[in-house]
Amino acid sequence: MIGEAARARLGDAVRETRAEHGIEVLLVHPARVTDVLRFLRDDPALAFVMLLDVTATDGIQLGWPERFRVAYHLYSMVRNERVRVIANLPEAKPELPSAFGMWKSADWLERETYDQYGIVFTGHPNLVRLLNHKDFAGHPLRKDYDIKKGQWLSEPDDLMDQLEKARAGLLADY
Amino acid sequence: MTTTASEAKGARGEGWRTESMVLNLGPSHPAMHGTLRVLVELDGETILHAIPEIGYLHRGFEKGAEKGTWTKVIPFTDRLNYCSALLNNIGYVKAVEKMLGVTVTERCRAIRVIIGELSRIMDHLIAVGTNIVDIGALTNFWYTFNTRERIYNVVEELCGARLTTCYTRIGGLANDLNDTFVAGVRELLKEIPVAVREVESLVRDNRIFLDRTVGVGAITTDEAISWGWTGPCLRATGLAHDLRKRDGYDGYNDYDWDVPVGENGDTYDRIFVRIYEIYESLRIVEQALDRLPGGPVNIDDPRVVLPPKGEVYGNIEGLMNHFKLIMEGIIVPAGEHYDATEAANGELGFHCVSDGSGNPYKVKVRSPSLALFAAYPRLIKGRMISDAIAIIGSLNIIAGELDR
Amino acid sequence: MGLETLLENAVVTTRLDAAIKWGRKNSLWPMPFGTACCAIEFMGVVSSMFDISRFGAEMVRFSPRQSDLLLVAGTISYKQAPILRRIYEQMCEPKWVIAMGACTSGGAFYDNYCTLQGIDKMIPVDIYVPGCPPRPEAVLDGILKLQQKIDRERVAR
Repeated sequence: MIGEAARARLGDAVRETRAEHGIEVLLVHPARVTDVLRFLRDDPALAFVMLLDVTATDGIQLGWPERFRVAYHLYSMVRNERVRVIANLPEAKPELPSAFGMWKSADWLERETYDQYGIVFTGHPNLVRLLNHKDFAGHPLRKDYDIKKGQWLSEPDDLMDQLEKARAGLLADY
Repeated sequence: MTTTASEAKGARGEGWRTESMVLNLGPSHPAMHGTLRVLVELDGETILHAIPEIGYLHRGFEKGAEKGTWTKVIPFTDRLNYCSALLNNIGYVKAVEKMLGVTVTERCRAIRVIIGELSRIMDHLIAVGTNIVDIGALTNFWYTFNTRERIYNVVEELCGARLTTCYTRIGGLANDLNDTFVAGVRELLKEIPVAVREVESLVRDNRIFLDRTVGVGAITTDEAISWGWTGPCLRATGLAHDLRKRDGYDGYNDYDWDVPVGENGDTYDRIFVRIYEIYESLRIVEQALDRLPGGPVNIDDPRVVLPPKGEVYGNIEGLMNHFKLIMEGIIVPAGEHYDATEAANGELGFHCVSDGSGNPYKVKVRSPSLALFAAYPRLIKGRMISDAIAIIGSLNIIAGELDR
Repeated sequence: MGLETLLENAVVTTRLDAAIKWGRKNSLWPMPFGTACCAIEFMGVVSSMFDISRFGAEMVRFSPRQSDLLLVAGTISYKQAPILRRIYEQMCEPKWVIAMGACTSGGAFYDNYCTLQGIDKMIPVDIYVPGCPPRPEAVLDGILKLQQKIDRERVAR
């Protein structure tokens, strides 16, 4: 039902819809993902006001044609319903537009997905690592990263570059 | 290099040259809140900018979960929100059970409700105790911790461990209740309200406490929803959103209880929502104990639940069943699911992807604390350092859940 | 011998070494470097049921300059390791380190890309307390063993 409404409004941005274990899933075109999310949030009948989670799956061991699949989980307070918006991204160019500014929670969730999987969210003003340290090379949750390969850190991050961004007003409008 | 609020405002004396100070709060913070770091730029004691940094307790939950079987993830979940380990156990197995398409027995649901609420009480006791200690009132710490020790005794007799319980299993529980559990919990139902009432009475009308918490770190419901807040911090803003009521899983809607809601979303409301949630949890536990059904605690499905030991040592089918379940893991059909429960801090979600084998392909934790801590710079901007300390305690950020 | 009969019970004579060690071991000022679940059990040790102050170690000081026992409780990641090193270096001599729990002793089951496999890769450790998390009695046992270890040290250098 959500998928039909989205398809009626956004046409071919929504590639296919299905339901899985009670949650409706919308497979969308990666370049249009913010349009779909904005529609889901702003449409008064749907009102998916909360962005719960942004994550990615590395499908290299499952033989997917495009390696990464980014998933957004949204929740609607009035309908008490969840929806999942997914987009497939190729390995060579894992990019899609950022939802920064649409929800305040998108900031860190997208940073974590970038940190662990290497998905680039274009338009995010501060796409730096969130969980791993600044000297970490690689994206550890990709299936080809060896779990035991630790990387030492010599000096903690002084965060002054982040402070400069905050002073310039580039970070989220707190 | 340094901009000063004083020069910008033109305040204070003529020709004074002041500088702002850049200071680190953490990551070696007093043991209460774990490994959080905030870089603050200060004008005197007032915070101009705050840059949080997390990841100091990143322990690779997701990558570790991909290494073993579906059951081997359960000890990892204990250590997410380590103050209420049972709630994490319950949340994880609920997601996998949904993917398998199995429904647990009535007795299992009731026991999960009881231990889940006891676990929630433990988490709220720590949150309230340590928050009030940071504000300066040390006495409540002893009251809440002694009560926790009594709950620990009951939990330890049941699960074998005080803190990292690993008690639930996919399809049921590790073991049924022991003989002393019901009597032990009935004792707790008498002891916990006494301690919580003492804590409440010490702070509720205390002038210093009110000055330090009322109006400090206030946030509106709409903004909280945009930040992704759930749990007691969202309920403190005035919205009665509780997954136990809205989803009614494990039969929560069969019991008679209410959802405490605050008004202003400030630190005072967050502390008192937690205190009143303890009372509501006690109501639920009492009703669940009274109605505890009999019957088996695990489902009767050899694909999911280990056979009883008599069968394992008695006949070859039991032995092979046990062997396959341990070595290969429970075979979960290929697919993807996101399931969430109301943990002590909010919506704890597990996004599981299965490739059709006994080995998880992906288990991502939707952490309630991440959403709460992301909003921290917004809450402390323009306030003083002491308010920042009061606010961080009221958010109840557990680093194990934040960094995973 | 004659001196003691003169002074009767007013004064105890001893060697300087023993007096200093007696003072050090019975007034350890711990600095809890608490990161994870073990920190919650350490809070249980400090609380009134298990009561670390019976052994003189109740002055929990969160500043390394003021403490002499670094009690590392919780997993140390590679991101946290330089900070642990800096805190250890900021403490003054004499100082001791207790590694509480399995994560600090050897990384526990977090054998992965982000966890330091034991803090003894960064700083010297005196006592390892096993457990995940160790029971408060085990932590107290660790402190008692540290007191025995302090007894065996040579103070005069």
